[in-house]
Amino acid sequence: MTSSTIEVVNLSKRFRIGALQSSSRTLRDMLVDAVKAPFQKRASRVENTIWALKDVSFAVSAGDVVGIIGRNGSGKSTLLKILARVTEPTSGQARLRGRVGSLLEVGTGFHLELTGRENIFLSGVIMGMRREEVKRSFDEIVAFAEMEKFIDTPVKHYSSGMYMRLAFAVAAHLRSDILLVDEVLAVGDIEFQRRCLSKMEAIGQEGRSVIFVSHDMHAIARLCSRALWLNNGQLMADGVVMETIGQYMGLGENSSAQRQWDDPATAPGNAMARLRSVRILNEAGVVSYRHDIRCPITVEFVYDILQPGKRLSPFMFCNAEDGTHLFLSTDWSNEAVNALDPSYVGRRTAWCTIPGNLLAEGRFTLSPGLSVVQENNNVQVYEPDAVSMTVYDPMQGDSTRGVFGGVYPGALRPLLNWRHEDRVEVEQR
Amino acid sequence: MQTQQDVTVISATRGWLALDFKNVWTYRELLYFLVWRDVKVRYKQTALGAAWALLQPLAMMIVFSVFFGRLAGVPSDHVAYPLFTYAGLLPWGLFSGGVTRATASLVNSAPMIKKVYFPRITIPLAAVLIGLVDFGVALLLLAPLMLIYQVPLTLNVLWLPLFTLVTLAAAAGVGLWAGALNVQFRDIGYIIPFAVQLWLFITPIAYPITLMSDEWRLIYSLNPMAGAIEGFRWALFASPSFSPALTLVSALVAFLLLITGWIYFRRVERTFADIV
Repeated sequence: MTSSTIEVVNLSKRFRIGALQSSSRTLRDMLVDAVKAPFQKRASRVENTIWALKDVSFAVSAGDVVGIIGRNGSGKSTLLKILARVTEPTSGQARLRGRVGSLLEVGTGFHLELTGRENIFLSGVIMGMRREEVKRSFDEIVAFAEMEKFIDTPVKHYSSGMYMRLAFAVAAHLRSDILLVDEVLAVGDIEFQRRCLSKMEAIGQEGRSVIFVSHDMHAIARLCSRALWLNNGQLMADGVVMETIGQYMGLGENSSAQRQWDDPATAPGNAMARLRSVRILNEAGVVSYRHDIRCPITVEFVYDILQPGKRLSPFMFCNAEDGTHLFLSTDWSNEAVNALDPSYVGRRTAWCTIPGNLLAEGRFTLSPGLSVVQENNNVQVYEPDAVSMTVYDPMQGDSTRGVFGGVYPGALRPLLNWRHEDRVEVEQR
Repeated sequence: MQTQQDVTVISATRGWLALDFKNVWTYRELLYFLVWRDVKVRYKQTALGAAWALLQPLAMMIVFSVFFGRLAGVPSDHVAYPLFTYAGLLPWGLFSGGVTRATASLVNSAPMIKKVYFPRITIPLAAVLIGLVDFGVALLLLAPLMLIYQVPLTLNVLWLPLFTLVTLAAAAGVGLWAGALNVQFRDIGYIIPFAVQLWLFITPIAYPITLMSDEWRLIYSLNPMAGAIEGFRWALFASPSFSPALTLVSALVAFLLLITGWIYFRRVERTFADIV
């Protein structure tokens, strides 16, 4: 047997479209249906169903933090609900090893009239804890929520932030081997999201499995090592998190981190020069879409010089995901230009290295080109947004963000030198 | 609740399923907390709190005593009419309240049902059991009433818990059927309060069962509350007209309702989260 904590085999779930639209049927509908039924063709009944999930299979090992991504209605929540035993699959099977904690909503079972203290017990028991367990972790929950002063106040008097904090605190202290989390981070302030993320990270490090559904790609990229992409109920991709995200965003690794123009006639350029390939490489020299924020990123340009006489040099623009133009990089120093041989005809490769700890986390696009230097820097070739990559922070404490898990602003994130000095000055009068 | 080695297998279930006694037992704390929550909330939200538990049967007792006891001269089995009808109203309140709450309970708990797993049956069961608190309070008023009307307690009173259990079984049985059906057909939510009102009059609360001719009594005792209430009166007043056989029929019907209700509930609960 494998050591998987979750094994999902051909899991499928069919919904009746009628059942999705109207929440309940009336007796009258039922009677009308019963009268009509014999006159309806069977085929038309089948068409009224949709597969919210179709033949989904995967396995999760202990300690895995797996993200599930996909558009609204792609089956993410249905999958989570099946695993949480809220709803049954139509066919297929899932095996879960160990205790399952589900956090499909923050504050399930909370009652506004009850106090914080009472709700901790109520919510804990509803989520499957024993009263004794809640009692044992009670102080911890209250401390985590920073709720000591208001613990005997009815939660209807809480601010929404306080309510969220308390609700998440209860869920976070649920002792489970498998934790299912649905989009709870969409609510609450930045501080609250930070808490949730770091708590979930800690859970993964404790060797418990986490399945996390979210629309927030940054959260998924930061938390998960692996991601599943669901589309129309089908599993489209299952793999390393950034690859899956890249595929989901319509950017397969091949089409995003490298571009190659096999046909010389259609390659970008003109009679003087043509660009043949651009690749984004990691430290090991391998094409990669996903880059550790601490490591240098190398961009490789391969181009053909078709006519002698000019000094050609590549350049690239770098843009952030939101289109912000971050920088233009060229190699136009006297020394560099003089080193270029103007009589050369043939293929040339150039490498440009973006140092580690410069770009922030996020997605970046590179627009390469070729220009003639020392002649008004005439642009001969320009290919906008040819390649793209993402930068992630593995959160090991030695990057600019350190272990801070919250939103960190800025498109650049240089690791600057800081100096600190303790001056012991005693002011005396 | 589960240990490291426990494996949960999730797959489609079909047809009739076994009754999940063990699962419900595992979740007994949830049952307790659901009852506790509703009791707590009610006592926080209402100014009169426990007094409501007394006011309702007391008001009914006065109205029945004036109109049926005094004006219509309905007999009351050798016990003062107010005491006689109050003893009937007690289990009736437990039953009617339980059925009404259980019917609406699943629909009212839709957010919870859609978000977290637990044996769904705890919801209607809790809705029935909550009635025990009011029942207990109302039961306390029986002591001064029995003193006023000078009715001595006999050892029969030891049977009281059994008839309470029959009442609970009847309430849970009807409640499970109606609650589960209400998820699918909201019409049930309108029918049940009306049906319960009618049921009051086909139950020997305002009148004794002895008003019925013998041949009708057997059919009459198919109403589980008929036997339960007769049993109550016998336990409290040692009424001579008590027929163990008819009460047994009622009790059997009550438990039959409970078992079939539970079986039906098991069959449809898998769809609750999708359609509620």
